[in-house]
Amino acid sequence: MTAESPDATIERLLAENERLRQRLSAIEGLSGPRIDKTALDRSSSPNDTPTRKKKAKLSRNDIHRYSRHLLLPEISVEGQLGIVNSSMLVVGAGGLGSPACLYLASAGVGRIGVVDYDEVEVSNLQRQVIHDEERVGLSKSTSATIAMTRINSQIECIAYNYLLDRSTALDLIKQYDIVLDCSDNPPTRYLLNDACVLAGKPLVSGAALRFEGQLTVYNHHGSPCYRCVFPAPPPPETVTNCGDGGVFGPVTGIVGTIQALEALKIAAGVEPAYCGKLLMVDAMSGAFRTIRLRGKRKECVACGDGATLTGLETDYEMWCGMKANDKTQSLAVLKQEDRISVDAYNRVRVAKTPHVLIDTRPLVQTKICALDNSLNIPIDELESRLSEVEEAVHAGQGELPVYCICRRGNDSQLAVQHIRTKFPSLAVVKDVEGGLEAWRRKVDPEWPEY
Amino acid sequence: MKLTLEFTGGMELLFQGTKKVSVTLPEKVTTVKTLLPWIRDSLLKSKPDMFMQGDTVRPGVLVLINDADWELEGQLSYELQEGDTIVFISTLHGG
Repeated sequence: MTAESPDATIERLLAENERLRQRLSAIEGLSGPRIDKTALDRSSSPNDTPTRKKKAKLSRNDIHRYSRHLLLPEISVEGQLGIVNSSMLVVGAGGLGSPACLYLASAGVGRIGVVDYDEVEVSNLQRQVIHDEERVGLSKSTSATIAMTRINSQIECIAYNYLLDRSTALDLIKQYDIVLDCSDNPPTRYLLNDACVLAGKPLVSGAALRFEGQLTVYNHHGSPCYRCVFPAPPPPETVTNCGDGGVFGPVTGIVGTIQALEALKIAAGVEPAYCGKLLMVDAMSGAFRTIRLRGKRKECVACGDGATLTGLETDYEMWCGMKANDKTQSLAVLKQEDRISVDAYNRVRVAKTPHVLIDTRPLVQTKICALDNSLNIPIDELESRLSEVEEAVHAGQGELPVYCICRRGNDSQLAVQHIRTKFPSLAVVKDVEGGLEAWRRKVDPEWPEY
Repeated sequence: MKLTLEFTGGMELLFQGTKKVSVTLPEKVTTVKTLLPWIRDSLLKSKPDMFMQGDTVRPGVLVLINDADWELEGQLSYELQEGDTIVFISTLHGG
């Protein structure tokens, strides 16, 4: 094979450049679906809600496209008309929202709104199947509407690129028939519940973590609302997010798909299966288990007999004691003198100053990456393994300084606190501020991000 | 009396990953109200607050008695029967 001449190379690269430009503009052109950042300027009065013209009958194209639904006696023409004339709001375009949106768009739901404040990130692609590599960095709501419009150009898709909060939720929900809770945090779940109760909308709720999923339909045909079942929010320390606990991709796929299934049944006029029932999926044992939930709680503040909820007055984040996102929040329990920056700790390592480094992450995370010569004692095991700390401190001449590190610098602070309490005489016990995340950002850009 | 206890949704992490266990209860444990502190004191190794608050389960835990929400069965006052299955589910929030 002969070498390419410089001119040919330039020509080839120009052609490639042109192809890429065309591809890019095709993608940008597809952002045609409305990205509605001003939807909330609209008054909440139903008169102001943009009305979609309801179809009285299916077109010839509709019949062709949705024929496999029309063949089902339980759905038939009436059911499919219900679907194409329905509007649904998907809150969260993540692991649950991705498959839900794909099925809702494919099924022909007339208007689909997607709310998400976040942007597509590479670590989302393992399970958030509506997004792709080309759309990393784009807002998730826009990315989802692009994908849905590609599947079905006959439907209306609206991206709401912001965090749903109490000033925006009710007005938005009033514009839709059915709401899918594909969110990832308790404040948003309570907010959505209250808004759905106030607006009288069914709430198809899903959740997933690790190998497990849960799903139910709240506030529909006499079923309880989220507050009936969980009147008080969980203590923040008991809430694990997917970014810390992990989640197996297909589990979110299963739950999000069943959310779409239930929402489509409601639109088609078919009774959903999980009204007043909770589906629990355990992907490890393969068990799908359905349990009967309690009925409405008479004293429920949202939907009970003497309900006091008249608007979204609760500060949901404050009430739940956590932010309305699934990002891990930074703790600051130690005084500054008990902390060391990643830069200063790097100097300790470079100077080969003898010390003990305790990595308090779970074992599974140390398999991804760990600093050399660190001693892994997961925070949960610290109490029972204090003797190992003591041993390490006295392994050299005199007493070695102790540094604790973890993924983001939260558990390591708790570890320092604990070790200080148990060994008050130790001179140096410090936490490496910001953990391995900060290490990657400031010291070693080659360090893996997870 | 013999019962089956199950822990899911992350509750199993409080019990060294045990998802299902058969237990034989002492005679004084006859109701769910007495079962909870018995579990806390006999099976739980740490973090009792993650399981109980006051005399009941902490917020965010659903209790099932033979596949039904315990609120349908009298909650704390439910009288345990031989062979019952009691499930403790931590609710999930991820998505």
